[in-house]
Amino acid sequence: MLSSTIQIETKNLNVYFDKHYVLKDVNIKIPAKQLTAIIGPSGCGKTTLLKSFNRLLEIHDEVKISGNIFVDGQDIFDSKGDEIPDIRKKMGLISQKPYPLPMSIYENVAYGLKIHRKKTKKGELDAAIQHYLQEVGLWNEVKDRLHDPASRLSVGQQQRLCLARAIAVEPEVILCDEPTSALDPIAAQQIEKLLLKLKQNYTVVLVTHTLRQAKRLADYVIFLYFGMVIEQGPAEDVFNNPKNPATIAYIKGDIS
Amino acid sequence: MNKRKLRDLIGTKLMLIATLFVSLLFFLIFVLLLFRSGLVLQDNSLFDILFSSTWNPDNSQFGLAPIIIGTILVTGIALLIAIPISLLSAIYIAEYAPWKIRRILRPFIDVLAGVPSVVYGLCAFLFLVPLTKDVIAPWFGVQSTGLCIFTAAVILAVMVFPIIISLCIESFNAVPLALKEASLSVGATKWETVKKVVFRASTPSVIAAILLGFGRAFGETIAINMVIGGIPRIPSSVFSPGETLASLIASKYGELMSIPVHESALMLVALILFVVVLVFNILGVFILRRAKRRWTY
Ligand SMILES: Nc1ncnc2c1ncn2[C@@H]1O[C@H](COP(=O)(O)OP(=O)(O)O)[C@@H](O)[C@H]1O
Ligand SMILES: [Mg+2]
Repeated sequence: MLSSTIQIETKNLNVYFDKHYVLKDVNIKIPAKQLTAIIGPSGCGKTTLLKSFNRLLEIHDEVKISGNIFVDGQDIFDSKGDEIPDIRKKMGLISQKPYPLPMSIYENVAYGLKIHRKKTKKGELDAAIQHYLQEVGLWNEVKDRLHDPASRLSVGQQQRLCLARAIAVEPEVILCDEPTSALDPIAAQQIEKLLLKLKQNYTVVLVTHTLRQAKRLADYVIFLYFGMVIEQGPAEDVFNNPKNPATIAYIKGDIS
Repeated sequence: MNKRKLRDLIGTKLMLIATLFVSLLFFLIFVLLLFRSGLVLQDNSLFDILFSSTWNPDNSQFGLAPIIIGTILVTGIALLIAIPISLLSAIYIAEYAPWKIRRILRPFIDVLAGVPSVVYGLCAFLFLVPLTKDVIAPWFGVQSTGLCIFTAAVILAVMVFPIIISLCIESFNAVPLALKEASLSVGATKWETVKKVVFRASTPSVIAAILLGFGRAFGETIAINMVIGGIPRIPSSVFSPGETLASLIASKYGELMSIPVHESALMLVALILFVVVLVFNILGVFILRRAKRRWTY
């Protein structure tokens, strides 16, 4: 079914928020260097699933997790506490609303590099910042005001800055949680284009609640419903020949 | 219909009157202090009063230098103790403490902030004064009665803790989760995230909290009055007795009010307190506005 290698695989993943059972026996495979869309109605657990991949769920006291998540064949839950940052570094996260860090545009992109003590020479750092800002198509818009606070950018620009910040630490995976939902159509289109470009070098996991976006972008689709994986497979299969009645209803627009 | 409009009008006017009344009050206090401190300034220049070192009203000497030094020392040492300890514990409570501990600590700290200062003063008098006298001062090789600048500063720091902690926790909690996640997801550790993101995003509110703490420390009267020794002389060490501006007024207003020049001198002290607090507040608003522009997220 999957031609390429598997980047992320979950086995019987269960997640509880306190007593609230959010993810139920999730078994999925996410192929490397492709764009996988996680679709499903609001509240079905998409964000929760996405944040389980880089162990971000665990910053909440009340979360309980069981099962396995393999990234590049390694169970991420085997890692001890002080290795968690290394797991997270493998995966960039783009949130629903862009959150630039409270610092300059330049510092935002430099943030991860400085933390991992990469490109420590000033010239190297400058070049890297330029490179990543070019990657997200932001360089020309900000090159004259790199040291302005990032909060002065438009929302669409901020989202691309967040992308630049994420890819600056050279992750393997980019996790996007409805990255266009706060953006105007033009800014959303820019992000979509970027994601299509980025999937050549990165595994992209895109949570989206707009079906059309999934159709436009996805190679592989996972349909989540009430915390359960109802259907998964190559995008054409899921969209053209859905098997499960719930999937059919969702794709027809009967449930949303 | 008409009635509603009338009510709306009356409501608006009432609010305006209330606001005007409060502003006027503020202005009246200022004018009163200014006016009443005029007498002492007739025979003594403001410069002399601020910088000469003998406070002896019976001899018509009104040098405030020792008292100003006392105030700066007590407030400064108190903040020096209070700021790092408060920030560390606020970070712990907001970011590290398990949820259950947090739920107990939060209201507890708010209660501490509301304890009347005379209670702190009494505790300091009973426990901190002997401790300073018998243990701390001898440890530094100094003799002290325990009634001194150091004791006053420590109790002041204790009183300022809950204010700074409470406000800082609030501002740390206000940092959006997504901002922390953004930092963690590039592989930052928790401490790096706290230091570079949470702390930075809260900088304006932390500054505001510290300024509020300063205001409290600077104006605190009764607790200090109980443990500072009340001697308006330039202190030779932090274990010497001293006096602060606010405490001076509290201890002297009874005996001094009968002689007009003395009363006027105390009014001048009050005016200085008033102006400093005013200036710091305006400064605070200024810094806050600048910091906000820089650190918005
Ligand atoms: N921090 C949390 N505490 C308690 N329940 C949560 C928390 N986050 C999410 N949930 C619950 O988990 C379920 C799935 O949420 P989420 O993953 O955000 O769904 P989606 O992203 O698909 O809209 C929801 O029912 C939500 O109420
Ligand atoms: Mg979501």
